[in-house]
Amino acid sequence: MIAELGLAALWLAAGLCVLQLFAGVLGARAGDDGVVSALTRPAAIVQGLVLLVSFACLLRVFAVTDLSVALVAANSHADKPLIYRISGAWGNHEGSMLLWVTILGLCSALVAAFERRMDDRFMKSMLAAQAFIGLGFIAFLLFSSNPFARLNPPADFGAGLNPLLQDIGLALHPPTLYLGYVGLSVAFSFVVAGLVTRQAGPELARVMRPWVLAAWIALTLGIAAGSYWAYYELGWGGWWFWDPVENASLMPWLAATALLHSVGVLAARDALRTWTIMLGVVAFSMSMVGTFLVRSGILTSVHAFAVDPERGGFILALLALYVGGAFALFALRAGALAEGKRFATISREGALVFNNVMLSAILAVVLLGTLYPLLAEAFGTRVSIGPPYYNPVTAVFAVPMLLVLLVGPMLRWKRDKLSRVRVPVALCVAILAAGLTVLVFFTEAGVLSTIGLALAAALALASWFPLRGRKLRRVPLALWGSMLAHFGIAVSLFGMASESAFSIERLVAVEAGDVVEVGPFTASLRAVEPVAGPNWSALQGDILVSRGGSETVLQPQARYFTEPAQNTSEAALLTRWDGQLYAILGDAAGEGRWQLRLWWKPFVTLIWYGALLIALGGLLSIFGHLRGSARSRKIREEVARRRAEKERRARA
Amino acid sequence: MIATGLAAIALAVAAPGAGQAVSSAPLANTQLADPQAEAQAQDLMEELRCLTCQSQSIADSNAPMAGDMRHQVRSRIAAGESPEEVRAWLVERYGDYITYRPGIGSATWPLYALPILFLLIALVVLVRRLGRNGE
Repeated sequence: MIAELGLAALWLAAGLCVLQLFAGVLGARAGDDGVVSALTRPAAIVQGLVLLVSFACLLRVFAVTDLSVALVAANSHADKPLIYRISGAWGNHEGSMLLWVTILGLCSALVAAFERRMDDRFMKSMLAAQAFIGLGFIAFLLFSSNPFARLNPPADFGAGLNPLLQDIGLALHPPTLYLGYVGLSVAFSFVVAGLVTRQAGPELARVMRPWVLAAWIALTLGIAAGSYWAYYELGWGGWWFWDPVENASLMPWLAATALLHSVGVLAARDALRTWTIMLGVVAFSMSMVGTFLVRSGILTSVHAFAVDPERGGFILALLALYVGGAFALFALRAGALAEGKRFATISREGALVFNNVMLSAILAVVLLGTLYPLLAEAFGTRVSIGPPYYNPVTAVFAVPMLLVLLVGPMLRWKRDKLSRVRVPVALCVAILAAGLTVLVFFTEAGVLSTIGLALAAALALASWFPLRGRKLRRVPLALWGSMLAHFGIAVSLFGMASESAFSIERLVAVEAGDVVEVGPFTASLRAVEPVAGPNWSALQGDILVSRGGSETVLQPQARYFTEPAQNTSEAALLTRWDGQLYAILGDAAGEGRWQLRLWWKPFVTLIWYGALLIALGGLLSIFGHLRGSARSRKIREEVARRRAEKERRARA
Repeated sequence: MIATGLAAIALAVAAPGAGQAVSSAPLANTQLADPQAEAQAQDLMEELRCLTCQSQSIADSNAPMAGDMRHQVRSRIAAGESPEEVRAWLVERYGDYITYRPGIGSATWPLYALPILFLLIALVVLVRRLGRNGE
């Protein structure tokens, strides 16, 4: 019954979507004030709620493990802990697409209910664009990925969820990323409305900005969570591999980063109009490309995709429709947009243009590297593109960008002189020079790590330079946000470079009592014993590690899951302020010996702490801008009130 | 260094009840004694694809085939081959797909030509965008 309710709700949402689209398009025509178009906002709100009902139904059938639902039988099992039974609802294709659509619907509903800054025609165009996107994905669910399909007769047992996905990090990772993808679709719909109604000024930027920021925060957190999950759950000690799935989330992030800076210029200075519009289109395209890459199955194998092209074909068609349509609209209307205000080369805008161009180039490299192997495979050759390609090629663009970041935030809008910021620039150069000298002569760090560490040190200080000449108590919240986010980049970069330069790995076969040195630690295996969990059994190593007199026990496990049968390696991590000790229990090596893999990774945790700071900076920015927006609206209202009163008095 | 490898092999063969992966590829999970050679081998292994996995290097994979290849890499480096010689030998055997560092060949040149093009476009955009408005 619940499954049918969920499906019915999905159909109802499709109907409401059609209504919202129809009414919105009517309302987008100039001079329309008809009854039908007035339904746009209510349709969007009700649609969001109906989708929520549908998703709740899916959660329900997963929570109770209703094995008469095909999706549950294929992806869940009654023995799993409740949290993973529920998160299993989006740990599969159909469920995750329903989550996507639900978040999209809820965002539309939020915009429809609360966004009052733009005129009626603009809002109707915006909601029509949202409905157009939503309709495509709801159709995709209904026609080729029905999550509520019944199984007759019901299965006796569920097939279970891949144990690697039974993890809190991965339970939260997809919803966060989808929030980011969908947030960019909202920004995109604003852009479409801006193009349709020819409003591409600062007002557009101000309504877009919270959504771009929110999407960007969600992507930042989603990527960081995914990276940390890969780091501790996959058991190979790495945190980023430039895997296509990782790139699928990185590309929208890069585009969103460029977009949010460009939106900032448009909001503050009314410059970079076409550029912002184009980035809005690109950012949404990247989230569509990401969805396509992950959801079409093309990454597993181009051939698998070609053999069963129904789903992949559907998403590819949606991708072509939306991205093609968006670029077509852009091409038609961009010429009519005024470029906006001008600025000098040395100015805040100038630095931000540099940031935008470099981010776009990095995006192009990542897109090339991600798609090239797919293209090559389609033409019959297979190539692999990994870190040795991406790291240096993206660095060509990232290093100049970070150098400009040292100075850019200090510059004034419109026109500035480098001589005004002589002292901080000299300070940055000194730190860079000192850092490079020390690293080159006293360590064996590689070229990129060396540059990364020196840049991180300089940026850690430079990110606070905008405070210069300001009274601390009067620094706007949004500026704190931007400084914190830039500081977060420095922190994260330091972690990445340090991990790559100074990690120490030991791979040993030891028996109980043997002592191994790894970095500043000594580790000794005391025992390997069997342990049991709710749906797994495991061999657990008992390793005593000590550094400078303080001792801790690490207990890495080799887990054997049933339902489905699969082995995983649970790393044991010892976190200290200056890094992590990472231990893996390997196979038996004969004669009572066990394989141990130990890493000492100095400052590796900074990678994710940096990401948290970046996200926190984004959050401060949102609050700062929303507060500023509310304040200026209040002032405008106050001014209007006083003027009216004055006129009234003058008349009297 | 050869002696190290041989000693390791002898040890593994002598070990009764050792797992199959251990006896056939003793250097799969044993680091070379010479830290410099081990570092070279490690750097190379991180750039070689595990052919039976999805997106993993042989350094990161538990698959038996990755273990065999780690053994190959370590024993060849230990025998005095340079990492590039080992890579070339593997590419000859398994094709370009094996290495995460695509060379410049008939199938891969656009990977390097296009970023250069991106760089040029970036420069043109910057000069036009920033130069035009400058004083």
